[in-house]
Amino acid sequence: MRAATSASPPAGTAPEPAGDERRRRPGFTKLMTIGVLGFFLVMLVGVVGSVLLSSIATRWLNTWLPEGFTVSWFSAAWAEFGLTQVLLVTFQVAISVLVVTLVIAIPAAYVLARQDFPAKRLLTVLFLLPVVVPTITYGVPLATLLYKLQLAQTLPGVILINLVPSVPFAILILIPFVEQVDESLEKAARIFGAPSWQVFARVVLPLLAPGIIATGILLLVRTIALFDLTFLVAGPTTQTLVVKLFYAVSAAGFRSPQSIDAMAVMYMATNVVLLAVAFKFINPSRIVGGGAH
Amino acid sequence: MATGTAAPPAALPPLSKRLAEKGVTPRLLLLLPAVVFALGLFVYPFLYGLGLSFTTGSASPWSNYQEFFSDPYLRGTIWLTVRLAVPAVLIILVAAMPLALAMRGAGRAKQAITVILLFPITLGTVLLSRGLLNFLGPAGWVNRFLLDTGLIDQPIQLTYNYWGVLFAIIITDFPLVFLLLLSYAGGIDPTYERAAAVFGASARQRFFRVTLPLFAPGLAITTSLAFVLAFGTFPSALLLGEPAGSTRTMGVAAYSEAFQQFDYPMAATVAMLMAGLELLVIVLILGLRSRLAPTVSSGRKG
Repeated sequence: MRAATSASPPAGTAPEPAGDERRRRPGFTKLMTIGVLGFFLVMLVGVVGSVLLSSIATRWLNTWLPEGFTVSWFSAAWAEFGLTQVLLVTFQVAISVLVVTLVIAIPAAYVLARQDFPAKRLLTVLFLLPVVVPTITYGVPLATLLYKLQLAQTLPGVILINLVPSVPFAILILIPFVEQVDESLEKAARIFGAPSWQVFARVVLPLLAPGIIATGILLLVRTIALFDLTFLVAGPTTQTLVVKLFYAVSAAGFRSPQSIDAMAVMYMATNVVLLAVAFKFINPSRIVGGGAH
Repeated sequence: MATGTAAPPAALPPLSKRLAEKGVTPRLLLLLPAVVFALGLFVYPFLYGLGLSFTTGSASPWSNYQEFFSDPYLRGTIWLTVRLAVPAVLIILVAAMPLALAMRGAGRAKQAITVILLFPITLGTVLLSRGLLNFLGPAGWVNRFLLDTGLIDQPIQLTYNYWGVLFAIIITDFPLVFLLLLSYAGGIDPTYERAAAVFGASARQRFFRVTLPLFAPGLAITTSLAFVLAFGTFPSALLLGEPAGSTRTMGVAAYSEAFQQFDYPMAATVAMLMAGLELLVIVLILGLRSRLAPTVSSGRKG
């Protein structure tokens, strides 16, 4: 590859396109940026807009806009899909996953951010592996195992399977937050004789609070939106909102599209509200890989 | 190194002192819950699945794999998965890479775009599939627009086939790829490109000789993750595609073997083959990456 450097003989012609490029290149990247973002926005508005409009439409067949508007589909969907029970399950699962994940992830992220030790790389790979494997790959064997252990279709089973991608996700987000906490504060506390657990509980945790809150909310959003794994083990009484939505969509034709879309809007609203709260605590570009810099 | 010649200042016993020098301290116990979790909920089930895939009624432990490759309906899922994942990942990368490079350090605009792109991530595939069914369907806005402008005179079929799923993969995976690339692009100093420009490198040369090699490590990791996501396509293949036909991906096959046919060993076999294929793709990408940028910044992360 490097040998190719000498194989670019027309050195004399290089400055000419360079001068030309200076005017043309920003034009190209700008066009590309606008094009891609425009396409993305159109898709987003189309997808979200058609669901939103459909949920408040009286009837909508073969026209640009519905014939009339109503809010009655929301109460219809609530009753039709038994959403009281579904939401109860959803929040039970989401909150249990949140608590257990944080209990596991905070200490792990703390050590990984603070300390070098033998086999650190190996452990890091082990913790992050679930992120780099398709969910179905480990989801199907794990679900099979949970069925064998009679845990499938129960609330604990749904919670357990949801932990698998949540813990690595939380560790990833928490590590940069720990790195931001000034280590000298811990040292100071230790010098004044605070035992380790007190340093952790009185110094590290309070300073880590914004990171923990942000991680927690993102975990809630993620668990509520996580479909694949929940779907594999959810039973009739342990369906979360997104699984219920899936069954309604896949059986479309038996139900009115408006009531399906009303349920979809309720699901969307839950996530948007939680996300808006999360953004109060976190800079979104930090969520992925921000800790590397 | 473990001679302990430095006079031990504290009253620590030598062994723990020596261990502490290597970083082994009681604080490592804090990792225990995570280790138990990873072994119990990830490693063990995975090994269980591996064992299950070799559980057969016949003499040969490989008979599940033999069956997979001799049954065209099962074997075909590999091609159907690749046929969706490869174009989707390429389209996403081509769209996201210039965007990520252009958005380096753009301030408020960057923040706004990031939020817009994060929004669909949180909606999840099921909601997006539902929306795409409305939007791309025969009576949806896309077909309506094309009919009204006279570009087509029959609604085109974009749902319940290959195209619907391809759209769904692109829309769900693009944001994550973009955000990852953005954070890597932020680490590439634009002064290198400016320096190359000063020395007369054309835009093409600057991109292929300067930016791309610097970008290669991040690009390789992002591409691998994008493949993971595209391979795992599952709800959209069921909702927006033909799960029994053109979009019967390996994920759909693994699911239906386990929970519709109740053939758990075969389901585990499909899952293991999926993991193997994914691994193969990652090895290929990393191989390509090392050819693309043999030395640059390989030592950066240590």
